[in-house]
Amino acid sequence: MEVTMTHYLVLAALLFLTGMTGFIVRRNAIVMLMCVELMLAATNIVFAVFARAHADGGGHVFILMNFAIAAAEAAIGLAILVEIYRRRRTVNVDDLKALME
Amino acid sequence: MSFITDHILTWVTFLPLLGSLLLWTVVRRDDHARVFALAVALADFVLSLHLWFRYDGPGGQDMFTEKVAWLFGGKINYHLACDGISLVLVMLTTFLGPLVILSAWKAVTERVRDYMAMLLFLQAAMLGTFFARDMLLFYVFWEAMLIPMYFIIGIWGGQRRIYAAVKFFIFTMVGSVFMLVAILWMYFQAGGMGLEQFLALDLERQAQLWLFGAFILAFAIKVPVFPLHTWLPDAHVEAPTAGSVILAGVLLKMGTYGMLRFAMPLFPAGVEAFAPLMSILAVIGIIYGALVALVQPDIKKLVAYSSVSHLGFVVLGLFSLTPLGVAGGIFQMLAHGLSTGALFLLVGVIYERRHTREISEFGGLAHRMPGYATVFMITMLASVGLPGLAGFVGEFMILLGTFGSTTLDHPRLLTALAATGVVLGAIYMLWMYQRMFFGKLTNEKNRDLRDLSVREYAVLLPLVVFMFWLGVRPGMVLDRVEASVERVLAPLAVPASPHADDYPQHALGGGTADAPVFVVHEGEAHR
Amino acid sequence: METHANETLLRWIVLAPLLGAAVIGLLNRRLPRRVAGLLACATVGLSFALSVVVFLRMLGLDPEHRRLTDILASWVAYGNLRIDIGFAMDQLSAVMALVVTGVGFLIHVYSLGYMAHDDGFRRFFAYLNLFIFSMMTLVLGENLVMLFVGWEGVGLCSYLLISFWFDGEANAVAGKKAFVVNRIGDFGFLLGMFLIGVTLLPHLAPGEGAFSFAVMQHHAPLLAPVATAIGLLLFLGATGKSAQIPLYIWLPDAMAGPTPVSALIHAATMVTAGVYMIARMNFLYVLTPTAMAVVAAVGAATAIFAGTIALAQNDIKKVLAYSTVSQLGYMMLACGVGAFAMGIFHVMTHAFFKALLFLASGSVIHAMSHEQDMRVMGGLRRKLPVTWWTFLVGTLAIAGVFPLAGFFSKDEILWKTWSSGNTVLWVIGFLAAGLTAFYMMRLVSLTFFGTNRASEEVRHHIHESPATMTVPLVILAVLSIVGGWVGIPAFMGGGAHFEHWLEPVFAGGHAAGTHGAAHAVHDTTMEWILAGASVAWGVLGLLLGWIVYTRRLAVAEAGRRFAGGLPYRILENKYYVDEAYDGAFIRPGYRLSRTVLWKGIDAGLIDGLLVNGSALAVAVVASVLRLFQNGMVRFYAWSITVGLTVFVLYLSFSG
Repeated sequence: MEVTMTHYLVLAALLFLTGMTGFIVRRNAIVMLMCVELMLAATNIVFAVFARAHADGGGHVFILMNFAIAAAEAAIGLAILVEIYRRRRTVNVDDLKALME
Repeated sequence: MSFITDHILTWVTFLPLLGSLLLWTVVRRDDHARVFALAVALADFVLSLHLWFRYDGPGGQDMFTEKVAWLFGGKINYHLACDGISLVLVMLTTFLGPLVILSAWKAVTERVRDYMAMLLFLQAAMLGTFFARDMLLFYVFWEAMLIPMYFIIGIWGGQRRIYAAVKFFIFTMVGSVFMLVAILWMYFQAGGMGLEQFLALDLERQAQLWLFGAFILAFAIKVPVFPLHTWLPDAHVEAPTAGSVILAGVLLKMGTYGMLRFAMPLFPAGVEAFAPLMSILAVIGIIYGALVALVQPDIKKLVAYSSVSHLGFVVLGLFSLTPLGVAGGIFQMLAHGLSTGALFLLVGVIYERRHTREISEFGGLAHRMPGYATVFMITMLASVGLPGLAGFVGEFMILLGTFGSTTLDHPRLLTALAATGVVLGAIYMLWMYQRMFFGKLTNEKNRDLRDLSVREYAVLLPLVVFMFWLGVRPGMVLDRVEASVERVLAPLAVPASPHADDYPQHALGGGTADAPVFVVHEGEAHR
Repeated sequence: METHANETLLRWIVLAPLLGAAVIGLLNRRLPRRVAGLLACATVGLSFALSVVVFLRMLGLDPEHRRLTDILASWVAYGNLRIDIGFAMDQLSAVMALVVTGVGFLIHVYSLGYMAHDDGFRRFFAYLNLFIFSMMTLVLGENLVMLFVGWEGVGLCSYLLISFWFDGEANAVAGKKAFVVNRIGDFGFLLGMFLIGVTLLPHLAPGEGAFSFAVMQHHAPLLAPVATAIGLLLFLGATGKSAQIPLYIWLPDAMAGPTPVSALIHAATMVTAGVYMIARMNFLYVLTPTAMAVVAAVGAATAIFAGTIALAQNDIKKVLAYSTVSQLGYMMLACGVGAFAMGIFHVMTHAFFKALLFLASGSVIHAMSHEQDMRVMGGLRRKLPVTWWTFLVGTLAIAGVFPLAGFFSKDEILWKTWSSGNTVLWVIGFLAAGLTAFYMMRLVSLTFFGTNRASEEVRHHIHESPATMTVPLVILAVLSIVGGWVGIPAFMGGGAHFEHWLEPVFAGGHAAGTHGAAHAVHDTTMEWILAGASVAWGVLGLLLGWIVYTRRLAVAEAGRRFAGGLPYRILENKYYVDEAYDGAFIRPGYRLSRTVLWKGIDAGLIDGLLVNGSALAVAVVASVLRLFQNGMVRFYAWSITVGLTVFVLYLSFSG
């Protein structure tokens, strides 16, 4: 069976849905961060697929930028979570509503 | 010296800003901050004297112009200039600056550095507003004034300071955003932000009406014109003394200055359409402000409402569209700056001692504080427009100008109504004075009050001197603004001499250059 | 083309008292009391001396050229509006200047004694000097605005001096009332000036000041169409300053000030400013019979109205105050019938005898330990001989007894009223003259005759005043006798010098105003009859007052009862005019301002409804919107997902 563009896109969609579902249903902030990474990975796949299909290097550039964003986001997100954990002794997002007001 | 005099307007405007930056960064101690701020303000005043003595703009033109490309390749410029109208208001600002700082010497004890820095920052923004000849630059300065004033009220204010500060901020912002939209619209029409480019636009009547509405809303809130005035009493009552003085002395004049400099010359059709409304609102403001001032139990609120009344005169003068009325309006701006500024300073003096502003808390103060009572009396008389003091000339010219206005519908009725403000002014001021100073000293708490200190005299006497000076020699101001007023009013094309054709020609030629000044033949009188 | 002589002395007449006021006011406690008092007297004395010098110089001039000017500087010069700081003296202002500085000087001297023990001695003299300065600015002002400057200045001084003893609530209130009521008059004055300015400004040649008296007179024809309006507006100003109906209410209250102040400001000089102003503007008033008629009618009405109130007052100064209001009515009446010269003549004679009466009453009050109620006086004739004799002279003079000063001026006014055909006004004036005589004699009887009704302690302290007080009394008494002789009318064989002196000023007035006076000059029989009648009428009034209040106190009581209590009470309470004004204007005004304007419109409508209302509207919308901001991160994510899905689906199916 030939692996077509559709396969890649389906994979990306499944990966994205997994991340999205995880982000919505899980309460642990660390897991939620990991889910965000999954969603970012899914978009990276889509970028790569279309970059190849259109023979356009721009998609690759965006993948590289996404890496940078993902790294930064993970670093800052984890740092914040660690700080929150130190103060609140929890990383359950349902308990973290201080910014509501 | 020439590197100062070549860029004198930049120096005058940005010296206080520089001072405030240094206060935040270099100066550490509170007492140093006071002296430093005073020195900066005094230096700024000295610099501005250069303008006062050198200004001789032929035909009332701008002088000391500085123009440097700023954004979009010269479409938007850093453009400062000074004409007679800017000049007198700038002098008022730089003159009040050091006095205000001196008045806060002891009254402010917390965060002195920040306070002084805010005052200087505010001064820079006000000066920039008066000098700006580029609409974007004007708008930047205009909005920049809000920030320090917001903090001055919000941090060093009284009990309800947050409410007052927010109210002040939002009221002013609401007006300003419409003006910003109008400025942007005109920018795309004119292809630049220069005032002269805006003036050169030939706009349709409908467009003028909308634009005038947007501009006048911003300025009317600032003045404030009835019924947009309710932020003023709150802001005044809550602001610290120095804030009130600047607010009444200069900030309110931004509104009338803006009308005169921008709203009126830019949109003649708008003026024509709105002048009746504005003059009626002005007259309502005069009477309404006076009546409400009458019943205030709080001195500061009384003075605040009296400002509404006095500024009503200014607006009336401007919209009489006569040179006399407009010049009277400008003069009244100065006179009001002096007298109301002094009144707020005087209220501050007694507030520092007794921490109350309720009139009923006082009575018989003239026994304990004769010097204070005297200065208060002179200031009060200047405020009610006694001839010989500053208030009279402005009111006289405004009312005379309005009386002879050819553009308003019922100029004489309006003048008569406005003139009742003169009567009411005497009532509320004298009544307050009587309750505060006359009678027996009954309240025990007032028994040990000190009279004015040397520092307080130093703050108040310059104001008193200028109240007299302007009252007796108004020419020093009028001569400087006359040509500029004509120039600003030129786009409005108001007929110069009303009724000139109502009378037979021989009456016109009656007087010759060497006609007798005082002696008249009986025969001539009955010709 | 006439020349106007320059006379730089004029400025020193005006400025000398200002210098005095400035020095005394600024140095205050650093100046010894004696020096302060003497300095104040000296500056006014200097003013008087200079006035005399200028007057003598004037005498040496041809009558048509008796106008001297002194322009100091330009005050306001804007466009074609020119107002100069300048002074001018013609025959009219010369008379006023001499009276003001002369009487002013005497009262300054008197005050040295009267105020000798007062804490505010220096302040008093500073104010008094300031007053003379203002009054001289008013009198000598070269233009109407300068006159207005002085006008406001004297109002200020009046305010300061009425509330001089500011300890007392009543004094402070009276001072404020005076200022405010005068301001109401000023409202009219200002509008009158504006009307003049607006009418004249377009027609002026370069350098002409619209408000200069000469220029206004020169352009009088231009003013003719609006003369009635101007005349009435200016007259409103005059009713304030000269205490005419309806604005007379401040003057009786003004008696709260020290007695020399009452004499100087509220009797002799300041209150006549309205009369002076109208006389000054005579060239305008002759153009408007309507305004003239109003002036005359108001003057006559005030004369009789105030006279009746004076009948029932018990405060010695209040009686004199209402008498002043009444006499001012006469002056207005004179102006109204076109006899400006007679109005000014009465200003002068009134200044003499009314200043005398007030100062003498001051002497009485001084002796009675500051008691002012006549009901506890009596029998002071022997204890205060100088005061008694001088007071009597004043009383006879005001009653119009021949040949004292009051006779000539009052009789002339009545004659001019009669001869101008205003019979009704003449009757009113004639009745008021009788009233004057009656209430003045009532005052004299209650004060100087009978037995003293004061407490033992007060009676013990009764003493004649010191020389600084009695000498001015004597001088004024002499003036009250001889002061009228400068104006002995022609029918008595006199030269009517006063009228002739002022003739050039009022030349227009006589030509265009009252025709009757010119025609009736030869009919001297009628003049004799009227003069005789008014003297007889005055003497009758005096006798009646004397009999009722000294001989038969019982008769007075009976009369009071006969009047039925009510009419008397109405008079005693001054027709309840103050109460009416209070109920009609002051209270409703206050309530309107407080309840409707402040609490209603300001706090309620604008702030409550519009400002805070719009804030509330935002808050309501926000309170719904904030339901979505619940802090649940997973809810946000869910919302994003749903929103995105809907958006994508819409895009897919819409195209």
